[in-house]
Amino acid sequence: MIAPVIAALRTPRGLVALAVLVLFAVLPLLTQAFDQRYLLSIGTRIVIWSIAAVSLNMILGYGGMVSFGHAAFFGIGGYAVGILSASGVSDGWVQWPVAILAAAAWAALIGALSLRTRGVYFIMITLAFAQLVYYVGASLEAYGGDDGLNIGRSRFSGLIDLRDKASFYWLCLVLLLATLWFCSRLAVSRFGFVLRGAKANDQRMSALGFPVFWYRLTAFVIAGAFGGLAGVLLANEGAYVSPAMMSWVKSGDLIVIVVLGGMGTLLGPVYGAIAFFTLEESLKPLMDLVHKGWGEYWQIVFGPMLVLVALYAKGGISSLLGRRHD
Amino acid sequence: MTEALLSTQALVKRFGGLLATDNVSIEVRPGEIHALIGPNGAGKTTLVGQLTGNLAPDSGTIRFAGRDVTRLPTHARVRLGLARSFQITSVLREFTALDNVALAVQAHRGHSFRFLADARADTGLREAARDGLAAVGLGARADTLASALSHGEQRQLEIAMALAGDPRMLLLDEPMAGMGADESQRMVELLRGLKGRRAMLLIEHDMDAVFALADRITVLVYGRATASGTPAEIRAHAEVRQAYLGEEAP
Repeated sequence: MIAPVIAALRTPRGLVALAVLVLFAVLPLLTQAFDQRYLLSIGTRIVIWSIAAVSLNMILGYGGMVSFGHAAFFGIGGYAVGILSASGVSDGWVQWPVAILAAAAWAALIGALSLRTRGVYFIMITLAFAQLVYYVGASLEAYGGDDGLNIGRSRFSGLIDLRDKASFYWLCLVLLLATLWFCSRLAVSRFGFVLRGAKANDQRMSALGFPVFWYRLTAFVIAGAFGGLAGVLLANEGAYVSPAMMSWVKSGDLIVIVVLGGMGTLLGPVYGAIAFFTLEESLKPLMDLVHKGWGEYWQIVFGPMLVLVALYAKGGISSLLGRRHD
Repeated sequence: MTEALLSTQALVKRFGGLLATDNVSIEVRPGEIHALIGPNGAGKTTLVGQLTGNLAPDSGTIRFAGRDVTRLPTHARVRLGLARSFQITSVLREFTALDNVALAVQAHRGHSFRFLADARADTGLREAARDGLAAVGLGARADTLASALSHGEQRQLEIAMALAGDPRMLLLDEPMAGMGADESQRMVELLRGLKGRRAMLLIEHDMDAVFALADRITVLVYGRATASGTPAEIRAHAEVRQAYLGEEAP
């Protein structure tokens, strides 16, 4: 158990993973020491988006299913918490399972329909379903409509106070590690082999005797559940839910994060999320420094960077760290 | 006469105006190698597609092991023991040879909705897969990525994957395609070694291989089964010589 871990740490890949883990672990201490609360909030967002990106990677990276509607799970997870909270149910033990189950149920429904299509059609139909959820969210006048809804944070009485920024960050980090652990097991499990095999050649997998559709659908539901969890966390992070959290732009951002970090790798989506938010947060002030007001157009610089990654680092950030061993 | 393992009754498949499968009735008996030959465009691939469940026939029935499987999806037919290899090599290239066969074994060992246990640590799967690789002569290549295997080795790997579930019948779609003479010879030996234990429907252009292996041969021309018989009968069949064997006939 220990020996392979030590061997892995001798590689650039292992060292970077360790460095990122240590950085994540000490972030609250750093931001407290330097009195930079805002950085902790960015860190929390990175961790939450990492959970969503890892879940998207389960279907996109391992399963080859380009879902362009993953932000819908943000929205369903978030709105489940928001609506329950607005109805007076603030107990997290009720809110969170309901939210995750709702996201999983939605995934089962749209998966069952979308997975009958392939390629561009799959991309378009997942996008269409996500837009449907978006407009339903925007039309919920009782829950703020377009403007969204301020909510109270979930309560886990006596156990943890989510209003405390550091505690909430720790909780998100533990949940990210749990998600990563699950994903690492999934990738090499019987299920994971079928999923990865179907990505490479689904006809072959049918010809081996696997009902590929059901494996894909199951992966879709699992990814939806973790996406719902990320939505629950996002709602609690800002104590606020709005349709904007499930706009198609967010779905696109998630795909960018996964591709930027490295599809089908365990930590790629985490690297992608770190790079995405670090660039967003640093390019804005940098460009404002060059000329006041340019910061708003940070994506003019970010876009070409993505193009460069697409052209010269096909495996994303993860591939820049050397070859994989597994 | 023993009852057929696989049979088609008056199978018809149209693509627009093209009659790709024209009233085809064939039989493959248990343990025999039945070759299907015919010029390009004769409808061999279309027929195989219907047998595997990738294409639905317009009319007619397909029976396998005493059951009507005409409407059964591909994976369910495989579960009944009807395995196939592909005309275009379709091993999983980024997996090792061993992983490829282990995955094939896995398909026949219960469901694969198992999410946490490492499949590579499953000795039952791995040992069966190693045996399978050894049986096709790839024992020494277990840990090589499938993409790094030679073309001939990939074809052998295909056979190992098809054999993994101990099927009652193999559909071999041009197993010698693209092979050199040596590789072809090795494949003929491999298939001869399997003969008798399981039935095979062999679609092949390599006439030396066909006449070396087949117990019976069906000739397909323009979607129709124009002749069927032993290799000797087919050789003697004037129409066949004219339509297909041409100069290849001895």
